[in-house]
Amino acid sequence: MTLVRLEGAEVIYPGRGVVLGPIDLALSAGEAVAIVGASGSGKSTALRLLAGLEPPSRGAVERNLGPGETSVVFQAPTLAPWMSTLANVALPLTLAGVPRASAQGRALAALDRVGLASVAASRPAQLSGGMAMRAALARALVTRPRAMLLDEPFAALDEITRRDLADDLLRLWAETGAAMVFVTHNVEEAVYMGARVLVLSRGPGRIAVEAATPTGLPRSAGFRATPEFRSAAEAVSAALKQASEAA
Amino acid sequence: MSRALAPLILIAIVTALWQGVVQVLRVPSYILPAPSSIVAALGQDAPLLVRSAWRTLATALLALGLAAVFAGVLALIVSLNPILDRAIRPLAVTLQVTPVIAIAPLFVIWAGVEHPGRAVIALAAIVAFFPIFSGLARGLASADPDLERLFDLYGARPLQRLARLRLPSATPFLVEGCKVASGLAIIGAVVAEFVAGSGGEQGLAWRILEAGNRLETAKMFAAILVLALMAASVNAAFVWLERRALVWYRGR
Repeated sequence: MTLVRLEGAEVIYPGRGVVLGPIDLALSAGEAVAIVGASGSGKSTALRLLAGLEPPSRGAVERNLGPGETSVVFQAPTLAPWMSTLANVALPLTLAGVPRASAQGRALAALDRVGLASVAASRPAQLSGGMAMRAALARALVTRPRAMLLDEPFAALDEITRRDLADDLLRLWAETGAAMVFVTHNVEEAVYMGARVLVLSRGPGRIAVEAATPTGLPRSAGFRATPEFRSAAEAVSAALKQASEAA
Repeated sequence: MSRALAPLILIAIVTALWQGVVQVLRVPSYILPAPSSIVAALGQDAPLLVRSAWRTLATALLALGLAAVFAGVLALIVSLNPILDRAIRPLAVTLQVTPVIAIAPLFVIWAGVEHPGRAVIALAAIVAFFPIFSGLARGLASADPDLERLFDLYGARPLQRLARLRLPSATPFLVEGCKVASGLAIIGAVVAEFVAGSGGEQGLAWRILEAGNRLETAKMFAAILVLALMAASVNAAFVWLERRALVWYRGR
């Protein structure tokens, strides 16, 4: 089943011209797609189109998702500093009118899934960068979404934390059965996170190449060292280089 | 330790030099009284000065409260309506850059001879209004754009967005605005007292005026000293409050 479909979708900003498109993209239930592109290729704009946060200037966006069935994770954890971690995670539920007690119970369960139940009462400022991003993931999971859209979520984290979170995210993706769109500028991360990788060209962003990655999500330990991973990464990297130079 | 000590040492040096110069050069006391005579005047007038200082402080704090209420309501209205924002903001800025001393006589006339206190409170409130208004208006518009997008995503209603995102985001701006406004409220109150200038309004400004008219310069210095100490204490209190508020806000 198709959750979101972009058809000839274009985004035009006044003064900046066409920043994205036209692009065609269909997101099926339960799949994992990575979008990789250089900065300025309209990756975040594409994500906002998919999330329904922004309308296309031309073309069509068809979304078969109800309220609360889409969640978005941004590059920064985007937690409200004045709320406890638990209240931050419960926010999507309380905004939708879920009673406080049950919202908090579900938020605590979501925090538990990302290994943060013990810091539920802490404020975001007391969390490390990796923990704050985990809390953001918990908030994205709490509504049991059918589509999770992530906009360079690990870009600000160190390499070890980034790899841990990548595996955790793939495990959660497999457990929840939600579709995932993972936007990144890092080729290896794209190959690691997506069953297919869309390479965006620059100015305006268009899908230059679509590449399938080695099968087997979540990735097994040592996947990064396999020849299959290396060759897929090199192929996507070459495609990205070509797409960026063509512009 | 040395941080607290440094200004005290400077004060001691300046006071000693001052005392020495005044004694050696026999400066007339109505031009520059010695620190010792200022201290004597301070001791002699202490009860009166404390009463006057309290009068000025109470006026400033009342004005601050009034300004906060008006500024809060107006900033909320303006944040909900961009057209009103464009209409009100130039007027607010114009009011802010007009020297309070220029409009003070008008307010004294409007308040009437019997109620100079009302004019003083109104003028101090006008001066204190702007930093609170602009701080809160800016704060209400400066919530994290990605958090705004999350509120969009989860279908937040306007009231939810205001209460759970924009007002909390504005809190640090509001506290900062109140800190700045507290200093301005004291300045506004004293300036207005000077213009009101009648014996009916017995704030610190009147003590300075009265002593000045009698060429009791030591008493003027004593009143100025009390005023400066009062303003510094109010500022210190608000700096402390701001720090506490931010700790509460961020949880550390």
